[in-house]
Amino acid sequence: MSRVVRMIVFAVGGLGVAVLLGAAIARMPHFGSGHHPYRTLAVAAALARRAPNAVSSVNFDQRGFDTLGEEMILVGSVLGAVALLRPAHHESERRVPRGGRVLPATQFAGYALLPVTLALGLDVVAHGHLTPGGGFQGGVILATGLHMAYVAGDYAALRRLRPVHWYSYGEALGAGAFVLLGFAGLAAAGAYMANVLPLGTFRALLSAGTVPLFNIATGCAVACGIVVLLAAFLRQELLIGEDER
Amino acid sequence: MSYLAYAVAAWLFLAGGLGIARSRHLVQTVVALSVAQSGTYVLLLAVGFQRGASAPIFGAGTPLKASGVVDPVVQAMTLTDIVVSATVTALLAALAIQVAKLHGTADPDELRSLRG
Amino acid sequence: MMWIIALALVFVAVGGTVTALTTDPERQAVTLSLYGLLLTLLFFVLSAPDVALAQLAAGTVVVPLIVMLAVRKIRHVREGAEDAARAERERDEAARAEREVGEREVPR
Repeated sequence: MSRVVRMIVFAVGGLGVAVLLGAAIARMPHFGSGHHPYRTLAVAAALARRAPNAVSSVNFDQRGFDTLGEEMILVGSVLGAVALLRPAHHESERRVPRGGRVLPATQFAGYALLPVTLALGLDVVAHGHLTPGGGFQGGVILATGLHMAYVAGDYAALRRLRPVHWYSYGEALGAGAFVLLGFAGLAAAGAYMANVLPLGTFRALLSAGTVPLFNIATGCAVACGIVVLLAAFLRQELLIGEDER
Repeated sequence: MSYLAYAVAAWLFLAGGLGIARSRHLVQTVVALSVAQSGTYVLLLAVGFQRGASAPIFGAGTPLKASGVVDPVVQAMTLTDIVVSATVTALLAALAIQVAKLHGTADPDELRSLRG
Repeated sequence: MMWIIALALVFVAVGGTVTALTTDPERQAVTLSLYGLLLTLLFFVLSAPDVALAQLAAGTVVVPLIVMLAVRKIRHVREGAEDAARAERERDEAARAEREVGEREVPR
C-alpha cells in the first residue's frame, strides 16, 4: 500500500487503540496505591526460601518455568541471527582491517576498565540472590566488558580475545545446565525446578538453594550468547564483502 | 499523577506505532518497535509501584515486611523481557540486512516483491 | 518525591517520541542509547534497581551497537548495488554505441 494509505490506516487504528487505552486507564487502580495481592504472596514465599532478592527468587524459584522459556527464546534468536548472517555463496571474507588511530586516553580507559567490568559482571552474577542483579544483568555486563577490547584497541585485538566457537559452546553449556538443574529438582523432589538444595542462612553467599546455580547458568548462557551475536554482526560489517564479479 | 504514568505508557506505544508506520528504512522500523516495547515496561512497573515503598531487596536496613516494598513479580517479568527483546531486536536487524542484500534496498516503499 | 517520578515520566515520553521519529537511522542509534539512559533513571526512581541494571546493560549498550552495525552494513550493500547497477548501465550504453557504429558502416 502507498504511504498515504498506510498513514490513514494507522490514524484510524491508532485512534481506536487510544480510545480503548483511555477507557482502561480510567478504571485502573491509582498509581502508587497499596493494594498489591501478588506482592504479599511473592515476598512471603521469597523470605520463606531465604532469598533476600525477591525479584531473583520470583525469576528462578517461584516462576522458573517462564524464565526457562525466555532463556530458550534468547538461544533461539541468537541461533537465528547467526544463521542469517553467515556469508552467502557469492561473498568472501576480506583481510582483517587495521584499526584507525585511537586516542591514548581511550586506550588507557578501555584497557583499565576491561578487567574491572568483567569482575563487576561476575560479582553481579554470583550475588544475584543477595543484591540487585542476577544472571541476565550480569551476563550482559560480562559480554559488553569483553568488547572494551574493541573500543580500546582494534578488531584484531578483539578477535584474539574471543575465539567464537568456545563462546558458542559456553552458551549451549549454560542453557543445558539450566534445563538439567530443573531435572535435578524433578529427580529429587518430584517437581520440575523444585528448590532441592539446602536453604542456608539468610544473606549468606551460599543460601537460597538452587537460585545461585540458576543465576550462574543463566549468566553463562546470556554472556556467551551476546558475544556470539555481536561477533556475527561485527564480522558481517567489517569483513564480509561481495566477490568481484 | 495517577493518569500520567499510564498515559505515558500508552503514549510510548502509540509513538512507536507511528514510527513503524512512518519509517523509510527497515532498521528504523525495528528501533520504533523497541520504543513501543518500552511502553509496556513503563506500564508494568507503574502497576507495581507503591508510594514511599523501597525496592524488593531485603538488605541490612530493610524491615522484613511485605507492605514496605514494591511488587517483585512485575519487576521479574520486565527484566527478563528487556534482555530477551535485545536479542530479538538483533534477529530483526539481521533480517533487515538479508533483505537489503537480496533486493539492494532497505526502503519499505521500494520493496515490491510481495506484490502479485 | 512524586515530582521526581513525574519529571522522569515526562522525560521518557519526550525521549521516546524523539527516538521513534528520528529520520536518519544512524542518528537513531544514538538517540536510542540516550533514551535507554532516561529509562534507566525512570526505573531507578520507581524503586526497581534490577530492571534499571538490565535496561542499562542491554538497552543502552547492546541494542544501539547492533543497530549501528546493521545500518552501516546496509549502507555498504546499497552503495555496492548502486555501483553495480551503474556499471551495468555504462556497459549497455557502450554496447549500444558500438552497434550503431557497426550499422552505419554496413551500407557502404
